[in-house]
Formats: sequence, structure tokens, C-alpha cells
Amino acid sequence: MTLLRLEPRGEASRAMVYATPLLAVALTLVSGFLLFWAMGFDPVKALHAFFIAPLMSLRGLGELAVKATPLVLCAIGLAIGFRANVWNIGAEGQLTLGAITGGGLALAFYGEGGWWLLPLMIVAGMAGGALWGAIPAFLRVRFNASEILTSLMLNYVALHLLNYLMHGPYRDPDGFAFPESRLFEADSVLPLLVAGTRVHLGSLFALLAVGLGWFLMARTFIGFQIKVIGLTPTAAGYAGFNQKKIIWLTLLLSGALAGLAGLGEVAGPIGQMNPTISPGYGYTAIIVAFLGRLHPVGILLAGFLMALSFIGGEAAQIALGLPKAITGVFQGMLLFFLLATDVLIRYRVRFGAKRAVVGRAVA
Amino acid sequence: MSSPPHRLELRGITKRFPGCLANDQVDLVLRPGEIHALLGENGAGKSTLVKIIYGVLHADAGRIQWNGQDTHIPDPAGARRLGIGMVFQHFSLFDTLTVAENISLGLDQPGPMDALSARIAEVSERYGLSLDPRRHVHNLSVGERQRVEIVRCLLQDPKLLIMDEPTSVLTPQEATRLFETLRRLAAEGCTILYISHKLEEIRALCDTATVLRGGRVVGSCDPRRETARSLAEMMIGTELSTPERLPQGEAGAAKLQVRHLSTTSDNPFATNLKDVSFEVRAGEILGIAGVAGNGQAELMAALSGEALVPDPASVAIEGRPSGHLGPRERRLLGLAFVPEERLGRGAVPELSLSENALLSGYAREPLVRSGLVHFGRARSYAERIIGAFNVVTHGHRAEARSLSGGNLQKFIIGREILQKPRLLVVGQPTWGVDAGAAAAIHRALIDLARSGAAVLVISQDLDELFVLSDRIAVLFHGHLSESRPTHHTSVEEIGLLMGGLFNHPPDEDEE
Repeated sequence: MTLLRLEPRGEASRAMVYATPLLAVALTLVSGFLLFWAMGFDPVKALHAFFIAPLMSLRGLGELAVKATPLVLCAIGLAIGFRANVWNIGAEGQLTLGAITGGGLALAFYGEGGWWLLPLMIVAGMAGGALWGAIPAFLRVRFNASEILTSLMLNYVALHLLNYLMHGPYRDPDGFAFPESRLFEADSVLPLLVAGTRVHLGSLFALLAVGLGWFLMARTFIGFQIKVIGLTPTAAGYAGFNQKKIIWLTLLLSGALAGLAGLGEVAGPIGQMNPTISPGYGYTAIIVAFLGRLHPVGILLAGFLMALSFIGGEAAQIALGLPKAITGVFQGMLLFFLLATDVLIRYRVRFGAKRAVVGRAVA
Repeated sequence: MSSPPHRLELRGITKRFPGCLANDQVDLVLRPGEIHALLGENGAGKSTLVKIIYGVLHADAGRIQWNGQDTHIPDPAGARRLGIGMVFQHFSLFDTLTVAENISLGLDQPGPMDALSARIAEVSERYGLSLDPRRHVHNLSVGERQRVEIVRCLLQDPKLLIMDEPTSVLTPQEATRLFETLRRLAAEGCTILYISHKLEEIRALCDTATVLRGGRVVGSCDPRRETARSLAEMMIGTELSTPERLPQGEAGAAKLQVRHLSTTSDNPFATNLKDVSFEVRAGEILGIAGVAGNGQAELMAALSGEALVPDPASVAIEGRPSGHLGPRERRLLGLAFVPEERLGRGAVPELSLSENALLSGYAREPLVRSGLVHFGRARSYAERIIGAFNVVTHGHRAEARSLSGGNLQKFIIGREILQKPRLLVVGQPTWGVDAGAAAAIHRALIDLARSGAAVLVISQDLDELFVLSDRIAVLFHGHLSESRPTHHTSVEEIGLLMGGLFNHPPDEDEE
């Protein structure tokens, strides 16, 4: 006898599309409460340190924006691809390449820069990310190789490339052989937007990306083609939409946005090149994209939530001595609960058994 | 006076799905040895009722009696134990396995393979269903595949055999042989529940008919005493207007010329076209008949531009070589196209009707301006289609999948016709569409041709082709026969061509 049954709704519930992310957040908090309690911490204090304390100061809010910036930039691009069934898992590598190309310019023109250097770095960063996105696009269009695998594997190639550069050409000549570059000069650092914080111009780019991403998907014919290809590829073929063109477009676009995010990190809060540019922004952005329902505004909100999990994790480590893995645990729980509660969009939960077999009544 | 118990008796069967009442207090009585037709438009509740009988679905209310005993049918295996067999419209066979292996997979207790093969041979012999148990399914024609499904049921010695639209994939000759088999089964006392909306065939085959409309039983009759027209009117509940064929005017210039078109495909199960040539002229309707899987899909793809052909000149639209052009360019030349699959090719299920109007309408209607979608115009275009073709829906915001098959087809055909094409290619225009919508669709296609466009109809439904076409040709194993004027040919002659009896260069495909 079953106590819980899932009953098909017949049509997807609009309300649940918006409600399940909130439900997932609530379930994560409840589980976090139990987890902290089981580990012997005061759960109220721990949750406060994790989720509330970081938001109580201007500096904290600024840090939130700083962390959210690369997540949102990457996720906007990824989401547009995901809508077209182009599964770019390589934002991490594209971000790294953007840092390598854009940051490389800062080092190349060290001491001879000018007002033109920063715009050039931005362009170079986007081009680097797009170049890294072009590789899986080419392999998919030409050889039908799964972009999931190729883009994922290129993440490791990008990381090794960065490591090589940090131990060779990019290394600070006066840095005692530490794998770090010189600190970028003022003309190659993104200007700060809010005094007393580290919020930089990149955050404005992220907001711009949210707006343009929305416009692309909601208003343009390209966005319509992306939607149709993602929902029903055969209907797109019937309509005469060029699937290869869309694969190229989405991978170049998401690569460029990830590259911009990478450049924003090295020319922003980091201020130099080093071997650990990203704590996994490119991967976390995948969660952000889905948590935000692949919708630009949703992604903006989800970006802040995930940023909070990074900052809260750090804060909880410092305040309570929680292990570092706590950030990953919370991110994982959030994605897990989101995927689990998504079943509510198409099914409703009923309590108590009706009659023997009902579960298969799905025509 | 006592009569033998009914084979199956349903009383007050009710089944509700979210948002719709699929069966409402349905009563049905099936007697031993009768061939009983279940008639109704799409969405009338036939499939739901049959699924309840076969244990796939469960009624919310009502009683089922089997041979006079109250019973509960928990699942298809339970139905088979009672002696209920079902042949579905879509076969569930594995292409790469043999007939015997496929049948063995569908049996609850298959036993050793040799004994099974012997039984298959015996049963198929007895009922005139010639079938070699050792052949692989991918080599079988559609009619033969259906025999595999029927034999699979017969091996379980059924007392009730349910046939869901069995002739939709058969040539007329194959259908005649199937009817002989069914009559022999009925003579032996097996009850047959026959679902179809081909009215002539129900009149020829069935002893009783129960008519469903909107989930309720609206009548039962002896179909042999009715006309096809009166049966159709019972089904749709109003008077039927059949399209009247005006005499064809003078055929004009060739709008579509296909010359020596051959295709190759990576898919081993595709039927390649072999040296297909024909033309469609302004003002005429050319029908292409043929059993499914004889190259229709490949021909459709080569005409729409979804598959490009190596020699551009082998497909010419308005005299221009077009074999190398994609769907968008061909649309700009004046082609409109209605694919066989409505949901999933002709329309995106999850998108609204205005977005689906944009799907193909972008090419010939001013719906996109400098890369931006003009949603206002897409909406009014969708509304024009809905109005002009009487599409029953709650508006342009409705998702395509919320429409019934007939209404969605009216929408898609309307979307193509309102683009004022000079050439329209339609696949299976009324497959699975109710009688009322089918008549409207036929009317629209004839009007389009009479207004000077060329129309090509590819269909498996011979009745439809004889209603619509000025000329008919037949596709068989990728070859196309010469076309003949409709009034100089007969269903029998076309049926023989559909079985492959026409002259073409011999090739390796022949058996």
C-alpha cells in the first residue's frame, strides 16, 4: 500500500515552475539545519553565519555582487545554448581562456599601456572564450561529436595551459619563482563602481548580459529559432532553421560571455594572473542556469543565491570552523532538491492509496 | 428462454482524465462470434475504452463482466489470461529479430523456440496468414508485420480480439485477406472488436456497431443497414457536407517537375527513391498512393528541402532547379508544405498557435522585420487562420498540443494555404482526422487547386485520393508508377500497383 501517490496533472503547472526553486531553497535550509545539528553545531547560529551575516554589511553585499558577476555572465550564455539543446559544459575552460588572452595583454603591454588597453583586453577576453567555444562547435558540426564531452575535456586543457603559462611566460620576473604574474597596472584594471566595495565594471556587464539575453530570447527571430530547435528539432528542420548556425552561434556566444567573466576576474578582484582564477564558476554556472529556469531574470536571482553559498561557506568556516566542503554540500543539495521538486510541475502529490494500481494510468 | 452469457459486458464505464471526461457511463455488450465495430471521431473515447478492456487503463467507475462473471482486469497480462488479445495500430516489433523471436518476446510462456515456430506455422496456415517464422522483421512488408501481431494474439487462443485501425497500413487486397481471416475467427466463436473510421469497411465486415461521441454511447446499429453517410452523421452528430468535385479546368504550366530523382540514405531501413519522375501542373491535384514505408518519407523530405538531393535539376519548382535549396529558399519560390506528422514536425507541441503560425509563416508573410519578431502580426495571422478554417480552440495563445488532431491539421493546412502558395505538397492530409474536419480539409485543397495552384497529395488512404486527385500514381519500393487519370482507373487497379505489379526496371529489391 502506498501512502504517497503522484498523479499526472495533464498540463504543466505554471505556478510550480516558479514555486519549485523556492521550495528547493526551503528544503536546503531544512536539511542544512539538520546537518548542522547532527554535526554538533548550533544550527540557528550556523545558518545565520551562513546565510544572514554576509548580507548585513555594505562590504558583504559588495562581495555578493562580485561573486555573482562571473556566475551570471557564464550562466546567461549557457542558458541560451541549453535552450537550443547545445550542452556547453565548458564555461570553466572558456572563462580560463578569457583570462589568459585578456590578462596576457595586460602583461604584454606592462608599462606601455594607455586608455586603449582595457577595452582591448575586454575584446581579447571575449575572443579567447569564443575561440575555446568554437572548438566543440566545429567538432559537433563537422563530426557530430558530442559537445558535452568535448567542451568538458577542454576545461582540463585550458587549466593545463594556464598552469604552463604561470610557470613560464606569465610569471613575474621579480616574483621569486612563485607562479604569479605581476600585479596589473591601473590602466588594465576594471574601475570600481561602489566605493568601499570591490564591485567593478564587470557587474555592469553582467546586468547588460541579462537584458540582452532576455531581448535575444524574447524578441528576436534568432531566439525563436533557438527555442524551436531546443523543443522540437524536426519542426525546426521542417521550418528551414539552420541548426548548424545555431550551434555555432550559441557556443561562440556562451564562450565569449564566459571569457568576459574570466577577464573580469583577473582584471577585477584578483588584479593579476595566478593558477587559481576560478573556484569552479563555470561549473556552478550550470546550476545557476537551471536554478534560474534558463530565464535571464531567474538567472540573476539564482546567481545571487549561489554567490551567497560561496560567501556563506567562507564565513561559516571562519566563524564556526566548519569544513570547507560545506559550500559544495549546500550547492549540491540545492540542485538535488530542485531536480527532485521539479516532478511537481507535471504531477501532483496525493496522500493515501486509492485503489490497487493507479501509477500506470499515464496514457 | 436462456441465451448464452455475453462474452463481455461493460456497464457504466466512466474514466476521467485531468481536464476531460474520456468515457462517460459507457455500456457495451459483445456477444460470442460477432464482429463488433466501435465507431467514433478522434477524441470520442474509443482508445480509452479499449485500453480499459485490455487492462492498460482502469475505469474510475463501472462494472466489467466476462462471460457473465464480474471481473477486474488489472493489467494486459491479466487480460490475456482471460482470453483477450489486442492488435495495436502501431506495432511493437524488433526489426533485427526474427518473426519467431518477436512472438516469443510477447508471450507470457513462450516455450522452446522450435515448438513455437511449428505452432506459428500451423496457426498462420489455418487462418490464411502466410508467415515464415524464420524471417527477420525488417524484411517484412507492413501487412506481414501486422500478421505477426495477429498470430501472436492467436497463439493465446483468444476469445476476444481487439483490432485498432488495422487497415490503415494495408493495401485493399491485403485488407480483403484480413477480413477473411477475421470472419473465419468469428465463425469459430471468437468475438472481434473492430475500431475504425473507415465506414465502408465497417459496413462490409461488421455485424453490429456502437457509436461513441464525446465519451458517450450515442447509438448502436447494424452497419449493413446504414449508409456510409448515415454512419458518419451518427459519428459527428450533424449533417455532413461532402466536397463536390468540380470538373478540372485546363491544366496550366508545370509548377513542380521531378526528373530522375534518386536518393541515398545512411539509414539502412530507409527506402531510397529510384529514378522517380513526375510533374504537377497549375490547377491540378496529383495523388501519390502507396503503403507506408515505400519511400513516402524520403520523397517528402526531398521535396520540402529537409533532405538535399545531389542533382539540383532533379527537383524543379516553377522551372527553377531547386534540389540544392533548403526549405526556406523553396518556400520563397512558392512552395508550401504540410508534413505527415502534425505534432513534432508541422507544429511545436509546447508553443502557442501564434508562435506556430510563425514557424513556417515567416518565409512568405511579413512577420519578421530586421531580425525581430513582429508578435502582433504573428497573432493576427494565427487569428486569420483560426477564423478562415474554423479551428476549434480557445484562442491564439493555446498550445498546439491542446488541439485535437483534426483541429491542429486544419490550423496547419490553413497556415500553408493562407500563404498563397503556387505549389502545395501535403502528406496524409486527413490521417486520424474526424469526418467533419476531413471534409473541410478536402474542400480547401480542391479550392486551392481550382484557384490555380498545383497540389501534390501523398496519402495511404485510397478513398481520399479518389475524392481529391485528378491523376493518381503509386509509389512502391522507391519506384513511382506512371500516373493515370482518376476517372480512368479503379481502386482495384491502384491496389494492384500498391502491391508492386507495375513495370519498372528489375532490381535487387525484388523478391
